[in-house]
Amino acid sequence: MRRKSHKRQPPVASVNSTETRSRPEPASFLDVRELRIHFDTDDGLLRAVDGVSFELEQGRTLGIVGESGSGKTVTSLGIMGLHRSRRARISGEIWLDGEELLSAAPERIRQLRGQKMAMVFQDPMSALHPFYTVGAQITEAYQAHHPKTDRRTARDRAVEMLNRVGIPRADQRVDDYPHQFSGGMRQRALIAMALINDPSLLIADEPTTALDVTVQAQILDLIRDLQQEFGSAVILITHDLGVVAELAHDILVMYAGKCVEKGPATKLFTAPEHPYTWGLLGSMPRVDRAPQERLLSIPGNPPSLIRLPQGCAFHPRCPFADRNGEKSFTEVPELTGASDPGHQVACHLPPEERRRIFAHDVAPRL
Amino acid sequence: MEITEREPLLKVTGLVKHFPITQGLLRRQVGTVRAVDGIDFTVLPGETLGIVGESGCGKSTTVRLIVRLLEPTGGRIEFEGRDITHLSRGAMRPLRKDIQPIFQDPYSSLNPRHTVGTIVGAPFRLQKVETEHGVKDAVQELLELCGLSPEHYNRYPHEFSGGQRQRIGVARALALQPKMIVADEPVSALDVSIQAQVINLLDDLQKELGLTYVIVAHDLSVIRHVSDKVAVMYLGKVVEIGGRDSLYAGPMHPYTVALMSAIPVPDPRRRVKRERIVLTGEVPSPANPPPACRFHTRCWKAQKICRQLEPPLRELKPGHFVACHFPENLPASAEADSGAADRGPGARLREEGGGARGGWAPPHPGWCRTPRAGRDEGAALITRAGRSRHALCHRLVWN
Repeated sequence: MRRKSHKRQPPVASVNSTETRSRPEPASFLDVRELRIHFDTDDGLLRAVDGVSFELEQGRTLGIVGESGSGKTVTSLGIMGLHRSRRARISGEIWLDGEELLSAAPERIRQLRGQKMAMVFQDPMSALHPFYTVGAQITEAYQAHHPKTDRRTARDRAVEMLNRVGIPRADQRVDDYPHQFSGGMRQRALIAMALINDPSLLIADEPTTALDVTVQAQILDLIRDLQQEFGSAVILITHDLGVVAELAHDILVMYAGKCVEKGPATKLFTAPEHPYTWGLLGSMPRVDRAPQERLLSIPGNPPSLIRLPQGCAFHPRCPFADRNGEKSFTEVPELTGASDPGHQVACHLPPEERRRIFAHDVAPRL
Repeated sequence: MEITEREPLLKVTGLVKHFPITQGLLRRQVGTVRAVDGIDFTVLPGETLGIVGESGCGKSTTVRLIVRLLEPTGGRIEFEGRDITHLSRGAMRPLRKDIQPIFQDPYSSLNPRHTVGTIVGAPFRLQKVETEHGVKDAVQELLELCGLSPEHYNRYPHEFSGGQRQRIGVARALALQPKMIVADEPVSALDVSIQAQVINLLDDLQKELGLTYVIVAHDLSVIRHVSDKVAVMYLGKVVEIGGRDSLYAGPMHPYTVALMSAIPVPDPRRRVKRERIVLTGEVPSPANPPPACRFHTRCWKAQKICRQLEPPLRELKPGHFVACHFPENLPASAEADSGAADRGPGARLREEGGGARGGWAPPHPGWCRTPRAGRDEGAALITRAGRSRHALCHRLVWN
């Protein structure tokens, strides 16, 4: 089961002796180290997440960006402990507030889930049970972690939370069924449910993808306000770089289960160094710039996670793959420090070359 | 686009579609959903009209009416000068060659049991169009044109990714060399990078084949990129329509202003500077739309007149029409011509603030509100001489 290989101490400076690997007790609030989540399928081993590491402090927001199938959601479900242990092969370490989650007992994870870490799912229609009232579902989340509270208190707490997330007439709407709520209100109800136990880690998986722009703006503002109020750590998963730019302090770009670039949001948007990040930025039509003739799209499709390309997984779609001999086709690039502290990139292009290409060829076309 | 005196390819006047709400065993009608409630626009050949709005504003119904998948309740649709509003199925069939749809969901719009060859070749068979070297050749050419390989002819839709499926949909729409393509959210189901590929493809095809597009999307950035002309819909009405540049540089309807300020911009430095107008509440139900101006329930500048009188769609800039009593970003000339007086003093008060700003920037939320003074408080309004102090007095009395 999940626990078997993780009772061990962190490995002694074996693979790479980076700072995070050598110290057992993490300093950060959330510390994910070399997380790997693989699934056995009939066609072979699917490497959904393949060695992702990141840290997150309380009061900060991490944005995880990437196309569908890049492993964003699988990572977050892994943190929440929501993968079935029989199907998923998980390795690595996840430290939440000084506690290792992958080696913890399922009972303990269940206590933490909802209490210390909570998740807002993408599709608010399927995340709410159509058969129960919104209030019943929110009070259930509260009572699960406060078994001694009576129904009255739990209900009052639910109304208070619905009020807090901006549902008008919350004391009446609490008895409504999900179908009586609009899309934006359902998403608000889900956020209320996630926050009812004051979790210190909130994972929002594409929280606004199904919503209209005006409602999206409301929800993003709400998440930002609540974060300031409760000081929680937020992981925001999305494919929309615009949404990430609104909220995130740090950004992690995923491609084919790996982190290809991570760093502070300002750096990632002004001086991105990975060709995939350039492609993502170039693919978005932007309203804050003069209209472009053509979008700078990324050719091709994301690779299959079962048969990953040799070498850098991005090389079949990378216009600069042949700039440095055979390296991109044979060797997997390591995540290494870029020009600024805290900014890391996994690319074979020499740093000067990357900066030159971005400044001359990419930036003018964004 | 150089010739200005062109006959419109598509002309829509006063188009209305009401859906009955029925109840009970006898399907007694208890109400109507006013999905589209009197809209007008024209599309010139070679032009792209983008339609934006929130869900439930009637965008998709409009598209379905244009391709005649729905029977209009009222109004008129003219294609190449010919009235097609109530043509029968049979009479419509030859016209379907010229108007082709692309659908939103590339998963449900392709029959999973048909091969790509059958899907893309279907228009030829249905319309009994003879091709020079047979249908297979024609289909393979189309696949190549849309960035797929001719070997995909015998494959099934499930073997393709979302972006490739959408390309199959585009190839099918292009099969009969239509004059106009009507696309309902063609890229919203796709990933960002794939979205860019499909948008570029649509662009290239338009240049190559001289197509006319009507594109519906909820994403304002996408619409800005693809369109020449943009229509903004709210609850079954067009509230603003105009040239792309004019509309995005100076949106005049408060709803458009709010929509644009809500677009997330991929630039974290702007996060601090930007003031966003966050609309409160939800879109009202189209079964029971607010009277007069439909936006007044959510509008931060709504006045008494907005609740009583529906604003007509008026041309306030050349080619830029707005339906609002108190438009934003009004050009100086229009202020004089259209006579701020006939729109009530509120309009003039607002232009005081609007004139000072160059181009479009999201206004500060507090800006252009009625000045407030509590009990035993005073408020001062400093303006340029002779502009709106008089107007303010009027407003104080009005409200």
